[in-house]
Amino acid sequence: MSSVAAPARAAGRQPAEDDLLCVRDLVKHFPVTRGLLGRTVANVRAVDGVSFRIGRGETLGLVGESGSGKSTVARLVLRLLRETRGEIVFAGHELTGMRAGELKRLRRRMQIVFQDPFSAFDPRMSIADVIGEPLRAHRLADGRSARRRAGELLELVGLTGTDLDKYPHQFSGGQAQRIGIARALATSPELLVCDEAVSALDVSVQAQVLNLLRRLQRELGLSYLFIAHDLNVVRYISDRVGVMYLGQIVEEGPADELLADPRHPYTRSLAAAIAGAGPPGSRRRVLARGEAPSPSDPPAGCRFHTRCPAAFGRCREEAPALRAVGPDRTASCHLLERPGQEART
Amino acid sequence: MVQPNSRGFAAGTREPLLRVDDLHVEFDTPRGTVEAVGGISFEVDPDQTVAVVGESGSGKSVTALAILRLLEGGWISGGQVHWDGQDLVTADATAMRRVRGDDIAMIFQDPMTSLDPLYPIGNQIVEAIRLHRRISRRAARERAIELLEQVGIPDPRARVRSYPHQLSGGQRQRVMIAIALACSPRLLIADEPTTALDVTIEAQVLELIRELQREYHTALLLVTHDMGVVAEMADWVVVFYAGQVVEQGPAARVLGAPRHPYTEALLSAVPTPATDKALPLTVIDGAVPGLADMPPGCRFRARCAHAWQRCTDEPPLFELGEGRQSRCWLREGSEMDGAPVLPAADLSPAAGREVS
Repeated sequence: MSSVAAPARAAGRQPAEDDLLCVRDLVKHFPVTRGLLGRTVANVRAVDGVSFRIGRGETLGLVGESGSGKSTVARLVLRLLRETRGEIVFAGHELTGMRAGELKRLRRRMQIVFQDPFSAFDPRMSIADVIGEPLRAHRLADGRSARRRAGELLELVGLTGTDLDKYPHQFSGGQAQRIGIARALATSPELLVCDEAVSALDVSVQAQVLNLLRRLQRELGLSYLFIAHDLNVVRYISDRVGVMYLGQIVEEGPADELLADPRHPYTRSLAAAIAGAGPPGSRRRVLARGEAPSPSDPPAGCRFHTRCPAAFGRCREEAPALRAVGPDRTASCHLLERPGQEART
Repeated sequence: MVQPNSRGFAAGTREPLLRVDDLHVEFDTPRGTVEAVGGISFEVDPDQTVAVVGESGSGKSVTALAILRLLEGGWISGGQVHWDGQDLVTADATAMRRVRGDDIAMIFQDPMTSLDPLYPIGNQIVEAIRLHRRISRRAARERAIELLEQVGIPDPRARVRSYPHQLSGGQRQRVMIAIALACSPRLLIADEPTTALDVTIEAQVLELIRELQREYHTALLLVTHDMGVVAEMADWVVVFYAGQVVEQGPAARVLGAPRHPYTEALLSAVPTPATDKALPLTVIDGAVPGLADMPPGCRFRARCAHAWQRCTDEPPLFELGEGRQSRCWLREGSEMDGAPVLPAADLSPAAGREVS
């Protein structure tokens, strides 16, 4: 553990038998190198001691601003990045340190939906090939059977089999995102990581895709790791929400409770900052001051203290640990500390 | 014809600051000429914040650019933009240069498109000031530092020497606001000014704009897709759909009780803290029609839950009283519920209650 990071406890609810994903004390540092010899001069602490669990059929929302590390968490879980340390247990298998062949078999059980589906598609591929590609890559289907499966998947996401021979540019942003979801579902995954999957869509289309994700979850029993910056969207789709700030989860709990009654000053700032959260001029916003410091040089003590409206002496020196702040809820703030309430691992 | 100052019913006969009157904008595309803006009319009063809201392709940004004649690849094909006793559509280059920056300033979603990466931000503010005010370099520099301080840039005396890339996105937008305010414009046009910013920074920038508006008595024309930002900032809201105004009125009234099916659907499609998670979100089926294949009749018809036979005719903007308007046949005759009836002379003879 680095000296400034709090001893990271498993955030949120207690472990359960039906956990699909369990992330414990995950750390990812990116070295900043300089000079010909590539001397490491600093580390960007993109993810610095993150723990969470996702049950089967459950949605965990991760919110945070740019640089909070939420997308890095997604890439670590999907093994697109190697962790610096920590554990990732998926369906009972420890993924860190797993051999490539073994990992490949597990990998088709977890898929990702990106913000910009067009960037993930080869513009010269027909939709049948776009959706069929993961089937062929994992040797699940080929030729006619891959095409048949692609057609089924298109219908599952609300498009039609006749779209199979079209090309990506013939679709609107909302339709393209449906295709992105169909492609992610091709290998029948249990976990879908949605990284800002609805953020670029117009609101009328965003609602369509959110409804689709909820229907698919119900029908297929999917678990979602839903990463977004829009708190209202995250609350709507998530069972639980984790709030990230500079590489750490600062608060975690059931979505409704967490947003109706945020406990950490950062979550309170986020909730207050939602434009139109109240009638104009009716409230004093709890505003985080200034801007987030660089994750390569996070402040000592509590990482939020430089922006916190409630910071006091201790916040500058000592990093607060994640503690239970109610049934099934944790937050890391000295102001919320009461003796004997430290969250159990 | 458009009823001059349709809000005059409540506010006396105050002249609006800006009056956009039946504005049309066309673009050339590989598929021929398309009309991106098809007869837009609205007004901005002094000190007022008017939000223009709509989805991509609604024509909201094109309208903002057309007001300042900054269109690239498109042209104004009809209508007027009344500002200070002149029509900006026909104003000559000299007059437009004076209006831009001096009278009307504009900020964009991405400040990097407007900031020159090769010059320190201080120089750029000094430039903006000296373009419109005859003051010395030294005085302009002092003013630049003052402006940077006012928009909340820490350590402004050192920061004037920073280059745009050395600032964060939020700070760059603050610098843009400083440049926009350098000549105390009477109108600030802000096109999605906070869309690229993190929420806590967005909140700070919106608060800053509001404070400066109070101090400089600047009216604001805010172009946004975000109903939350509208609720937060706007006195008046103009809802765009497919190049037309479909509804306008006082922000609180339009958001609280929308009178056009599109506005209504748009509002319920956005999850809020009060949205019932047990229910699916209200969706608007389909997508915005392309400019090249605009359907005849009501442009929202194909996606509208209330569409009926009448909608194959293009609906006019119906007056609903207090300047509220809705482009929906369901509102035909709505002004009978209490709003003053327009004097007969202001009605075009064939169209009954229509106003455009």
